[in-house]
Amino acid sequence: MSILVDNDTRLLVQGITGSQGAFHAEQMIQYGTKVVAGAVPGRGGQWAVGNTPVFDTVHEAVATTDANTSIIFVPAAFAVDALLEAADAGVALIVCITENIPALDMARARAYLDSTESLLIGPNCPGLISPGSAKVGIMAGHIHTPGNVGIVSRSGTLTYEVIYALTERGIGQSTAVGIGGDPIKGLNFLDVLQMFEQDSATEQVVLIGEIGGTDEQVAADYIRTEMSKPVTAFIAGQTAPPGKRMGHAGAIISGGEGTAAEKIEALQAAGVAIARHPEEIAELAAQNI
Amino acid sequence: MKLHEYQSKRVLAQYGVPIPKGEVATTPAEARAIAEQIDKPVVIKSQVLVGGRGKAGGIKLAGNPDEAEEAAAQILGMDIKGLTVQKVLVDEAADIRSEIYLGAVLDRGARRVAIMASSEGGVEIEEVAAQTPEKIITVHVHPLLGMQGYQARQLAYGVGLPKEHVSAFTRIAQSLYRAFVESDASLAEINPLVINGDNQLQAVDGKILLDDSALPRQKELAAMRDPDEDSPTETEAREVGISYIDLDGEIGCMVNGAGLAMATMDIIKLYGGSPANFLDIGGGAGADKVLAALRIILRDARVKAVLINIFGGITRCDEVANGIVEAINSLNVKVPIVVRMVGVNEDEGRQILADSNLPSANQLSEAVQMAVAAAKGEGA
Repeated sequence: MSILVDNDTRLLVQGITGSQGAFHAEQMIQYGTKVVAGAVPGRGGQWAVGNTPVFDTVHEAVATTDANTSIIFVPAAFAVDALLEAADAGVALIVCITENIPALDMARARAYLDSTESLLIGPNCPGLISPGSAKVGIMAGHIHTPGNVGIVSRSGTLTYEVIYALTERGIGQSTAVGIGGDPIKGLNFLDVLQMFEQDSATEQVVLIGEIGGTDEQVAADYIRTEMSKPVTAFIAGQTAPPGKRMGHAGAIISGGEGTAAEKIEALQAAGVAIARHPEEIAELAAQNI
Repeated sequence: MKLHEYQSKRVLAQYGVPIPKGEVATTPAEARAIAEQIDKPVVIKSQVLVGGRGKAGGIKLAGNPDEAEEAAAQILGMDIKGLTVQKVLVDEAADIRSEIYLGAVLDRGARRVAIMASSEGGVEIEEVAAQTPEKIITVHVHPLLGMQGYQARQLAYGVGLPKEHVSAFTRIAQSLYRAFVESDASLAEINPLVINGDNQLQAVDGKILLDDSALPRQKELAAMRDPDEDSPTETEAREVGISYIDLDGEIGCMVNGAGLAMATMDIIKLYGGSPANFLDIGGGAGADKVLAALRIILRDARVKAVLINIFGGITRCDEVANGIVEAINSLNVKVPIVVRMVGVNEDEGRQILADSNLPSANQLSEAVQMAVAAAKGEGA
C-alpha cells in the first residue's frame, strides 16, 4: 500500500511531445509506471515515446484509455488551461510540474478545483513516487527503495538528499510527495499527513518544510492533536534573510512571518523530532523503527 | 519585483484612485520647476526601494519653489540604507485631516486576496498587527467573483469612516482590488489614505509588489524595474537564469535547487561557518551556467572558500564537473573549492575533478566541514 499512486495508476502525460514531457515520460515508463496516453492539442493520432497514443484533448484520452492520473509538462502560460482541462475530464489526480505560474491564476484554478473531485499536486513540484510501483514525477527513481516511511516536502533536490540518506541506511519509503514551492497550490502538508495517517503501509512520516507562509504550523497543529504516527522534520532556510525570495515563489519571510524558527518551535511543541541537517533525518527515522 | 512610490501611485491612478498632483525630478532645478507648476506647498520624497525614508530624512516639506529646490538638493544623492537617492517625487502637500490604511495582499493560507483596512493610517501595518490587531479589518475576495460592494462597505464601517466618505471609499477599495489583480501584484498598499483639506479621500503614499512569475505578461510593469532593487551581481545572475542573493559570510555556495541551497547554507552555519550567498543554478544547468555561477561567486572578495553541492538528476554531475574545471582554467581562482556531488553521472563527474586535483566529498556534512575548515585557512 501507499498513497495517491500505485499499481492501479493509469497515467496521462499532458505535453508528452515536448522535450521535458518526452524525456520524463520515458523515465516513468522505465520505472514501471503505466503511461497510457499523452495529450497535446494538434498532435492527436500520433504516437509518442514507448508507443503511447497521443490525443488532442484530455476528454478523449480519458474516454479511450481510462487514465486516472495526469502529469503536466506544458509551459507556464498554458499550464492552468491544462490542469482545468484535466479536472473537467474527471481525472482524479493531477500533478503539475510546471513552474512560474502566476499566483493569481492558481488562486482562480484552485477555487474551481475545489468544486470538483480532482486532487492537485503542485505546481512547481517534482511530483510523487511510491517506490517499486509508480513514479509520477521527475525524481531519479533509483535512489528510492520501497518501505514504510512517508515523505512530504515543499522542495525538490532537498527531498532527494533526504531519500538518498534514508535509502543508504536501508530505510525504505511508502510514498514521497513533493507538494511544491508555490504560495498557492493543490495538496498541502495537512492533506498529505492525513493520508499517511490513514495508510496502513506508512509507519512514520518525514516532513521537509522551508521558510515562508504558515503551512508547517498548520501541519504541526494536526500532528499535535490527531496524528498517531511519529514525524521527523527538517526546515530549510534558518539562515535566510527577511524580504528576500529564496528561489521558490513561496520561500520568503515577509512581515516577520514564515521564519524557520517559528516553524521549528511549532513542530517541536507537537512532539516532532527536528533534524539539523538532511542526513540526521535518516538517523532520527531509524530510531522510530 | 518592487515598484517605486511614484510608479505605484500612477498604476493606482489608472484604476481611478485619486492621488496628489506631482512629478518626478532627478535634479534640484527640475524639482523647483515642478513646485512652481504646482504653485502650492509641496513635499519632496526620495524614491528608493526601502522602508523608513522619512526617519532617514528622505522626505521634506517645502513651502515654495526655493525651498523645494533646496530640499531636493539635500535629498538627491543621499544614502538611505545603502541606496543612493537618484529620484525625488515632488507632490502637492496634502492637508491631512485624518488618515487610514488600505491594502491588498495575497493570503496564501486562505488562497484568496485579502483586503485590509485600519484606522491606524501612516504606520506600518505589521506594527498595527503586532500591537493592536483588533484595529485591522479584513475581507477575503473570492477569486471567481471579485470584490463586492458590501465587502468594501464592511471595511469602511469597520474603520469608522464618516458616512459621507463611504461611497468614495468603496470605489477606491474596488479600484485597488482591480489594480492588484490586473497588475498581478502580491501586495498593493495605500498608506495613508487621507481625508484632505478639501474633504476628499486621497492616496498620499502607495506601494506595489509584483508577482515575479507574472512579469512575462506584464511587460509595461516589468519595464519599470529599478536596477537598484538588486545588487549588480543579483541582476547579472538573473540575466543568466541563476537565482542569487548576496549574504555577508565567507563561504560561497553553488547548489542545484532552492530548498537544497537553503539547507546547505543552514548546514554551513551549523558547522560554524557563514554563507556568502544563496545560489541556485536551477535544474539541468550545463557547464556554461556553472562557469557563470563561479564567476559571480568569486567576484565577492569576502569569499574565502567555495562549496559546490550538486544532487544530480536533471542536472548531470559530469556537466557540472566540466564547468568547474573550465572555470578554474579560465578564472584566477585563489580560494579553495570543495565539491560534493551525487546522483546522475557522479562517477564521471568525480573522475573529471580528480584529474584536475580537486577534492570531492560524498557526504554533505563532510563537504561542509571541509569548506568551513578551508575558509578558516585550515586546509581543505
